Amino acid sequence: MKSIFLIALFPLLNVAQAQDANTILEKIDANMSSKNRVFESSMTIRGKRSSRTITSKSYSEGTRQSFTEYLSPASEKGTKMLKLDKQLWIYSPSTDRTIQISGHMLRQSVMGSDLSYEDMMDDRKLSEVYDARVTGEAMIGDRRVYVLDLTARVPDIAYFSQKIWVDAERFVPLKQELYAKSGKLLKMMEMENVIQVQGRWFPGKIKYKDMLRQGEGTEFNITRISFDQQIPEYIFSKAALKQ
Amino acid sequence: MKLAFKLAYRNLIGAGLRTWLNVIVLSFSFVVIIWLKGVMTGWDHQAKTDMTNWEIGGGQYWHEAYDPYDPFTLTESHAPLPAEFLPEVAAGEMEPVLITQGSIFPEGRMMQVIVRGINPEQTIFQLPTSVLDSATDAIPAIIGSMMAKTSRLKTGDYVTLRWRDANGTFDATDILICGIFNASVPAIDAGQVYIALDKLQEMMLLPGEATIVTFRSSNVPRQETAGWVLKTREELTRQVDEMIKTKSAGQSILYGILLLLAMLAIFDTQVLSIFRRQKEIGTYIALGYTRQQVVGLFTVEGSMHAVLAAFVAAAYGLPFLAWQAKAGWTMPVDTSEFGMAIAQTLYPVYSLGLVISTVAIVTVTTTIVSYLPSRKIARMNPTDALRGKLQ
Repeated sequence: MKSIFLIALFPLLNVAQAQDANTILEKIDANMSSKNRVFESSMTIRGKRSSRTITSKSYSEGTRQSFTEYLSPASEKGTKMLKLDKQLWIYSPSTDRTIQISGHMLRQSVMGSDLSYEDMMDDRKLSEVYDARVTGEAMIGDRRVYVLDLTARVPDIAYFSQKIWVDAERFVPLKQELYAKSGKLLKMMEMENVIQVQGRWFPGKIKYKDMLRQGEGTEFNITRISFDQQIPEYIFSKAALKQ
Repeated sequence: MKLAFKLAYRNLIGAGLRTWLNVIVLSFSFVVIIWLKGVMTGWDHQAKTDMTNWEIGGGQYWHEAYDPYDPFTLTESHAPLPAEFLPEVAAGEMEPVLITQGSIFPEGRMMQVIVRGINPEQTIFQLPTSVLDSATDAIPAIIGSMMAKTSRLKTGDYVTLRWRDANGTFDATDILICGIFNASVPAIDAGQVYIALDKLQEMMLLPGEATIVTFRSSNVPRQETAGWVLKTREELTRQVDEMIKTKSAGQSILYGILLLLAMLAIFDTQVLSIFRRQKEIGTYIALGYTRQQVVGLFTVEGSMHAVLAAFVAAAYGLPFLAWQAKAGWTMPVDTSEFGMAIAQTLYPVYSLGLVISTVAIVTVTTTIVSYLPSRKIARMNPTDALRGKLQ
């Protein structure tokens, strides 16, 4: 009798779990997405033989506009990147030319890192593009996390499924695995140094690893970040690239 | 005139070593020009044959958005096969190929590749596609030797292939290199991976679609079809024609230098002859020759260098050219990275037209160069010439 009751209750439990998973995604989006943000970061690319660090300052407005200026090393200083909707331009000071990155070029890695230009451009909210399911709970370090399986619900998405470990209190992803449609693990991200900025929890350090490539991966450190700032409109124009 | 030839021949032979030096230099021009032009013709022949056998068949239909020089077009350049193609496709007279982009990760290094889906049972191309039908635990694939060299892959190696389907979703799986082919057409080798057409269509979520369709026979008249652009064999091999035209123009400079050296020697010989044989010129005129006849005599004498050179060139050139046609000329540098259809060993092809035109050009040039100094004879005072007075 008890087991019949449990079987009858099971679909209801599933619905409740699904709602929880979607709520978790929305909470993640609330932390990670903002009207706009300005941040300074350093990207350390760890290769097979050596590693190098690139610092940059970025401005982004929603998911459609972003502008990045590289500050160091000297070889990259002054390089600027502008994303407007699905278009991306790069300005190189050494040649004083602006080139548009499109098609297969978007799949190339950014400055030899484990991130492709497309990875940087695809920043839609998780709750808009994935169906989520809580598959369990675990511990990452001393943090309790929910483990979520995400499956794409829209066709035009880069990664068909994801596995995501979300801090159960702060609702910040602490680990993320990105899978191909075949189930092959393509990329992995580990987030650390979670900081609170203007009421949001945000990871201060993200380690990216392209699982198909050699190397130690790419480390992305946010040194300064602020949300909902007054960003001048000209920043998101092609004219800003040559300034 | 017969007398002129007789006298010219006697004078030439009488000049001894001077004549033979000129003749040998001129014969080099003959042999080198014919050989180089033969190499060019051989390259043209080989490039077009290889392109036909490996890449273009008798011609192709391209999807209207397809541009091989612009990879940006690949995501849009595919469509279902038109109904009128289907009977020929079923008969094996047409082969559809689906093309997309992907990345492979040999030893953890990322390499951008073009993935081509091709029918394993096709017979239009010399590609060893039958191995794509092998039953393996990974997708069977073939690559060219140039690709194998750059990716350091060999038969039996597994490598991960990552691609995006028609919706832009990443997918990845292992492929098994089942065969490596050797072809001198870089377009079908460098950065290309071949897998079975139906497999690629399934991977890309594009069942029944193709990017290009190659037909076997170039003799069947064909029409454009909506959404597909007809590319004839002539159009597809035009780049070879243009390349050879450019190379031939460059070679013309070499021919010019060779001829210039030979003509300089002939010119000098003529000037010396006229200077040293003034008494002889005076005697001819005293015996009743007109000045123009004497000019003609010296011109014939000069141009006979070319005739003798043709015989000398034939003596050593024919065996050399015949041996080259058989053994070929192996280029000292690796041609696989030239980016064009060129074999490591080129086999010269000589035509009768090539030999006749070369002999004609050299003989006419020699005649003109022999005539130019001989004009001085027309301005000579015969009495002074007879006395041997310098003029």
